[in-house]
Amino acid sequence: MSQTITVTVNGTAHTAEVEQRQLLVHFLRETLNLTGTHVGCDTSTCGCCTVHLNGEAILSCSLLAVQADGCAVRTVEGLQQDGVLHPIQQAFHENHGLQCGFCTPGMMMAALGVIEQHPDASDEEVREALEGNLCRCTGYQNIVAAVRSAADEMARS
Amino acid sequence: MATVERVTSGGIGDSVLRKEDRKFVTGEGRYVDDLKLPGMLHGAFVRSSFGHARIVSIDASAALAMPGVHAVLTHATLPVVTGVLSASNPGGDVRHPEQAVLAKEFARYVGEPVAMVIADDRYLASDAVNAVHVEYEPLPVVVDAEQALAPGAPLVHAEYDSNLCKTLESITDGFDAALAKAPRKVTLRVHNQRVTPMPMETRGCIGDWSNSTGEVTLYTSTQVAHFVRTFISIVCGTSEAKVRVVTPDVGGGFGAKLNTYREEFAVCAASKVVGRPVKWIEDRTENAVATIHGRDQTQYYEAGVAENGRILALKLDAIQNNGAYNQLLTPSISHLTLFMVPGCYDIQDVSITIRQAFTNTTPTDAYRGAGRPEATHGIERLLDAIADELGLDPVEVRRTNFITEFPYASATGLSYDSGDYAATMDVALGHADYAGFEARRAESKQNGRYRGIGLSTYVEVCGLAPSAVTAALGIGAPGWEHSTVRLHPTGKATVITGTSPHGQGHATSWSQIAQTELGIPFEDVEVIHGDTAFQPYGLGTYGSRSLAVGGIALYRSLGKVREKARELAAHLLECSVDDLEWTGTSWQVKGSPDRAKTIQELAYAGWTAATLPEGIEPVLEATTFHDPPNFTFPFGTHICEVEIDPTTGRIEILQYTAVDDCGNVINPMIVDGQVHGGIIQGLGQALFEETVYADDGQMRTPTLVEYLVPSAADVPPMSLHRTTTPSPSNPLGVKGIGEAGTIAASAAIVNAAVDALSVLGIRHIEMPMQPARIWKLIEEAKS
Repeated sequence: MSQTITVTVNGTAHTAEVEQRQLLVHFLRETLNLTGTHVGCDTSTCGCCTVHLNGEAILSCSLLAVQADGCAVRTVEGLQQDGVLHPIQQAFHENHGLQCGFCTPGMMMAALGVIEQHPDASDEEVREALEGNLCRCTGYQNIVAAVRSAADEMARS
Repeated sequence: MATVERVTSGGIGDSVLRKEDRKFVTGEGRYVDDLKLPGMLHGAFVRSSFGHARIVSIDASAALAMPGVHAVLTHATLPVVTGVLSASNPGGDVRHPEQAVLAKEFARYVGEPVAMVIADDRYLASDAVNAVHVEYEPLPVVVDAEQALAPGAPLVHAEYDSNLCKTLESITDGFDAALAKAPRKVTLRVHNQRVTPMPMETRGCIGDWSNSTGEVTLYTSTQVAHFVRTFISIVCGTSEAKVRVVTPDVGGGFGAKLNTYREEFAVCAASKVVGRPVKWIEDRTENAVATIHGRDQTQYYEAGVAENGRILALKLDAIQNNGAYNQLLTPSISHLTLFMVPGCYDIQDVSITIRQAFTNTTPTDAYRGAGRPEATHGIERLLDAIADELGLDPVEVRRTNFITEFPYASATGLSYDSGDYAATMDVALGHADYAGFEARRAESKQNGRYRGIGLSTYVEVCGLAPSAVTAALGIGAPGWEHSTVRLHPTGKATVITGTSPHGQGHATSWSQIAQTELGIPFEDVEVIHGDTAFQPYGLGTYGSRSLAVGGIALYRSLGKVREKARELAAHLLECSVDDLEWTGTSWQVKGSPDRAKTIQELAYAGWTAATLPEGIEPVLEATTFHDPPNFTFPFGTHICEVEIDPTTGRIEILQYTAVDDCGNVINPMIVDGQVHGGIIQGLGQALFEETVYADDGQMRTPTLVEYLVPSAADVPPMSLHRTTTPSPSNPLGVKGIGEAGTIAASAAIVNAAVDALSVLGIRHIEMPMQPARIWKLIEEAKS
């Protein structure tokens, strides 16, 4: 069964016919070729596929594409503006908050959600809030530093 | 360590921000699942749901009838000429059971691939997998290695008379006498549990076989592209020269991708059948059963000890669970354990026996540290057990036994290059305020909690490996590494490296080395890797080898280019090469800065070849195949301080201090990152992670819900420090850092927990120290 949906992704409206069972993450990756959003598990545990749906961080592996019909989605590809990195991207770079890079897009999208809701979050609060995003490379220390640094930068601007 | 200022460009020793980062933070990384080839189909595997079974029949008719399904392949129809090969034969006569690409007659572990479906997309392929009907005749199962070696155990491979794969031994002549005369004996059993590497990117590959040319391209998420190419050619029966292996961005490896897997052969062979590219992406549940596991070694130690804690003789009888088959290096992993059993202690009389067993489980192979964490965890637990038995301070027992003179010939045949173990330990003791610990313990006690402190003083063998040694160890592959340095007419540089980074930041570190050694600015250096079509053979990234072997290959190529440039400069400046001095960026006539040629000018002159010295070929380019003369031996001390809540059994890490010595450092920021990640993987094993099989062979931890990878909320901040003892084995004095954290961490954490609970009479705790286990231990000890 197919269905036509319209999803606004990073500010651009996309209309497409999708299988009803298609996951949002596969719609983004396969249909729109936005491959920055990754799949790391099949149990909604790793957070690699985190995107923003109508301004809220969600797991795009746990939502059908048809459920996003009429919604606004923001992915990692929508972070930088005119070639200038978003503060969260700059902070991950400057704090060595990534190694292999696979969890990074989901981690940054989740972190952005945290910062937007709790701009003054402490180290411990950042750690708790990112519990749903796994990284196997960094040990998280530099990720926490990156999130705190990005929060400071976003508060200033 | 004080924060080293981070910079955007620099040479050796600078914390240069990574040039790799931008593509990853913008979502422009290209992992294998991001690649689409024209006409590409999708593969999925039917996997055994039994731990051990005879395959009676496979009925694919329903699957084949589904629209969009192109083929269902089995052992009988998959066009390969042999099974999966192992490169590991330590000591000779290792039993290597046949491992067909798709199970031939028997399935020997849950997850073993039995058939392969090819369909238009992955959803359809998944549907079709469920429509393939396999009739199994279940057979007796054994999952535990000790049980597998017991008389009468079910045989994993009926062609052998037992489940023994290989026995490794290292026994010194004086061992029996040394043990006999030791006044005290200390014994300890340690189980180093099975864990799963769990890179965030699972495995995946695309096979693209051209039936017109016979050329095959494999895109795969691997640490060892050239190994894979060699093995594709053998297994698929084609010329190695026609096989191209491309490694796109790789989302973590940790040893899981230091291998050649059935699926890599299967996608190539399947592409040959359907005449179109075939992609397979492992899902996480498959990853849990189809990608190698690590560890799973049970150790029985006996130490003969003097009253002052000096170890006079050391015995280890260990059983290694190899799983159902030998993967690329399976039998060699516990060989690395054997090497490092004495750790950083001067123990000249040892008796080490490691029996490797086949079981009905996923094969084990290299997981970060690969055999060395097993050795370190064991000996570091034993040191604490000795201290406990003799009423001594664990610090002093270590000091009493430390190796102090280098090079040091170990009882297991290694030559430790350099070290100062006591100095590193003292730095760690200072940072961790070891002297003030008892006051903190008393404070916790007042709050009804148990506080403990634990050390791990480790040494590891890295920089794998001198090729003569790998040959002597029965590894059918060398240990050298390749580099090419190519200067372009515009003075920019391309570095081709045989290493295979997947998070380690080689593009950055290699550029730093190039800037320092050849004067090409960091930003003018491009580092490329990961395509066998244009690279000479490279051995890849594993075993903390990339810098100590690949980095030295680069250093030597840079030196060759610099020396060639010198001859060219002398020719152009009309002087002798002996009249020239290297300024860091140019060759100049000694004392005459106005008579100089920059490396960029020389690159251009070499390319134009308008006038060259006699016997000198055009172009500044050099290639090196560097074979290291010895391993390297990084070391350090990690100290962990924990507090345990007896009402929940939860272990809270209050302080984690690491002092690592990996010789000279190219990029301190990257080194710290490696240590952070390594420690947390060791912590994961100590506290949370365990790959569990039920007795019937079913996997109890097939997803990230059951298998507990630490999250940010589960782990402490770490305090990192360094000492620097250069390796004399290579001109950069480097040692390697990729595995140190993992090798060191688990023992420090367990030692701290045992110390905390020692007041209850608890003398040992097995990993993982999950709260329920700790709570139960405390309750039992109290009653």
